[in-house]
Amino acid sequence: MTNLETKYKPLTDAATSAGVQDLLVREQDGVLYINGVAPSGAVKDSLWNVYGQIDPNFLSGDVVMDVNTSVDASVTQVKVVTESSNLNIRKGPGTDQQIVGKAAHGEVITLVSQSNEQWWLVRTKDGEEGYAYAQYLSAEL
Amino acid sequence: MALLLALGFSSCKQKDADVQAAVETKMKANADASDVMVTVNDGVATLSGVVKDDATKTAIVSAAKDVKGVKNVVDNTSIAEAMTVAPPVIAADDPLMNNVMDATKDYPGVNATVTDGVVMVNGTISAANWKKLKMRLDGLNPKRVDGTQLTIK
Repeated sequence: MTNLETKYKPLTDAATSAGVQDLLVREQDGVLYINGVAPSGAVKDSLWNVYGQIDPNFLSGDVVMDVNTSVDASVTQVKVVTESSNLNIRKGPGTDQQIVGKAAHGEVITLVSQSNEQWWLVRTKDGEEGYAYAQYLSAEL
Repeated sequence: MALLLALGFSSCKQKDADVQAAVETKMKANADASDVMVTVNDGVATLSGVVKDDATKTAIVSAAKDVKGVKNVVDNTSIAEAMTVAPPVIAADDPLMNNVMDATKDYPGVNATVTDGVVMVNGTISAANWKKLKMRLDGLNPKRVDGTQLTIK
């Protein structure tokens, strides 16, 4: 076990015991890459808390953790989880794309496609269809 | 006669056991073959278990042959399937920069640059928001996310 693996063992152990699927821990050029699919948002949060305990404020730059919650392909409704503001819905995947609609904070909208990892195709109640930033959408309604 | 046979038999068994112990010691000495099991019957050493690679196979067979009392070696070991773990995927700078811009846009006061997959973040941000931003940036397949230039409020 390398120094880095030892340093972050509580984190990878927590991921294993929390039931993270397809967990992949790899080290390359002094960075530990942790990938997997968390069973829930709560598990993802708890893993980030463990990470923050080992590396306060995440400033060491020796971990890249991409553990996302699985959103089942059957999910068709997602909730807008912005801080408080409206969520922009854009013509294409990117902030350089024209805004074609907005969804309110807390609103539940229709998920059309997750084909793009960062930008999901959604449809509002008013029938406006476009791309919204996936981080602001949650399958936990 | 029966007694003699029995004696001969038991001494032969004893000899096999000694030879087996000697071969086992040799296997243990090789880290890539430490799980190899050895049985010796009438001077024929049989090796079984899993070894790292072909070179290890060759090495342990020759090591076993060198043990005094080994007449022949039967190699029943198999080679461990290579644990091929794909290296982490690192995004190319251009798409990464676009995604980093999208991710940081909601945090005024924070700037980010991308060089060879390394996302360098600077500016001022609250600890809670930095956690959120780091989560996002880590999801963009960066080589590294460097926040050492940040001022965390």
